Amino acid sequence: MSVQIKGIREGLLVSVDEGEWTEAEKGLLLELERQKAFLKGARLILDLESHEINAVAMSHLRDQLSDQGLLLWGVLSQSPLTERSAQAMGLATRIHGSEPEPEEEAAAEEPETPADGPAVLLKKTLRSGVNLTHQGDVTVIGDVNPGAQIVAGGNVVVWGRLRGLVHAGAKGDESAVVCAMELSPTQLRIASHIAIPPQESGKPGPEIAFVREGQVVAEEWAPAGASPE
Amino acid sequence: MNGRVITVTSGKGGVGKTTATANIGAALADLGKKVVCIDADIGLRNLDVVMGLENRIVYDIVDVVEGRCKLRQALIRDKRLEELYLIPAAQTRDKNAISPKDMVRVCDELRKDFDYILIDSPAGIERGFKNAIAPADEIVIITNPEVSAVRDADRIIGIVEAEQKGPAKLVVNRINMDLVEKGDMLAVADVLELLAVDLIGIVPDDQAVLVSTNRGSPIALEARSKTGQAFRDVARRLTGEQVAFTKANGGGFLGRISQLIRTGSRPGSK
Repeated sequence: MSVQIKGIREGLLVSVDEGEWTEAEKGLLLELERQKAFLKGARLILDLESHEINAVAMSHLRDQLSDQGLLLWGVLSQSPLTERSAQAMGLATRIHGSEPEPEEEAAAEEPETPADGPAVLLKKTLRSGVNLTHQGDVTVIGDVNPGAQIVAGGNVVVWGRLRGLVHAGAKGDESAVVCAMELSPTQLRIASHIAIPPQESGKPGPEIAFVREGQVVAEEWAPAGASPE
Repeated sequence: MNGRVITVTSGKGGVGKTTATANIGAALADLGKKVVCIDADIGLRNLDVVMGLENRIVYDIVDVVEGRCKLRQALIRDKRLEELYLIPAAQTRDKNAISPKDMVRVCDELRKDFDYILIDSPAGIERGFKNAIAPADEIVIITNPEVSAVRDADRIIGIVEAEQKGPAKLVVNRINMDLVEKGDMLAVADVLELLAVDLIGIVPDDQAVLVSTNRGSPIALEARSKTGQAFRDVARRLTGEQVAFTKANGGGFLGRISQLIRTGSRPGSK
């Protein structure tokens, strides 16, 4: 995986691949283009690792991002040259202690991430029109409103009300689950199964949805051993 | 003076943006503030009609932007209120006639002379909307207690947040108590639960509004009207004043909201 996108307090933290800059930049722009719908209007913080980027290349990058409707807000870098050119353009080069918070939390609570890509943690409410697509697991701390959409290769956990459209195991993983404090999505998909939940699903409480014998079922989300099998 | 730019928008059309702009503008001016309303709905101008100033238009905002007149010349003074002005939209052009940058420039100039600059945004999320929110210090979102209007308001709030225009403020317009009671209409509590933004107004559904907009005389200036009172309360809340939601101006919604907190149930849900 070359480009990773994480939600942090300041915006979206995008990690860029190591290696030749022109290649890495191409990969970055391609990935951002692909995820345009989700990223539109977002503030970006690029983690450029040790890439050496002068002021000209940096302003070129910013222009290309703004052409895609993206605002470059900050740059993290281990290279003094890159940091200087970012500062010269008025970009932030430090985000509270320069350590993205989701990383700490993810590391603390889930030491073992599944092989199909790391998890993304979003601490905000997804409003109508937002599309979050991610290869791995998705955790949202906030609500997912009607009209918003989450497509994840892995599991989806919503610490809030899930009322939008959600697709877990989008690449065909039938063991993927969807959990929410209030599970009332417009439509719920797991792998190739599509379910339209009943309008009134009893008392609103934490629920987990998964595939059992070819059917999407939702059960009360018990504290332990909640996942199927 | 360092005026505040407030953009009134909604996403969905027909929820009452223009009526709200005219009434909030009139109410602010009635409080003694110096106010200018800008119609950003170029090609489909309405604000002039609602404010009853249509026949006084000589220059419009496109004339200002394209340099055919001075900003001062495009300001139309209200018939009733000394401190209320309008900059009308052009009717014969479209939204591309001006850019977000133009709006920022015009508003920066107006800030020097006015306390409040209210911008009436067109419906949608395209160019006209972008023009309208570009100069905004604050966004007021108008919605109706209907699922489709709330959905669009939610989208707009998301865009406003992404544009760093601060937390949007909400006015729920055209609430009909009888329908809410019957469960046929969303209650304010339901709208708030989904949108999770600050509520600054609840305006009842009132046929008198129709009459007043047709006459070009904002209902906010009618002292005895409850709807007018609701708009006056919005204006006072915009100035930073704490105004409680009372039975008189909202039909006892606060009671419903506190009831909701106590019982943990949602009124209005089937």
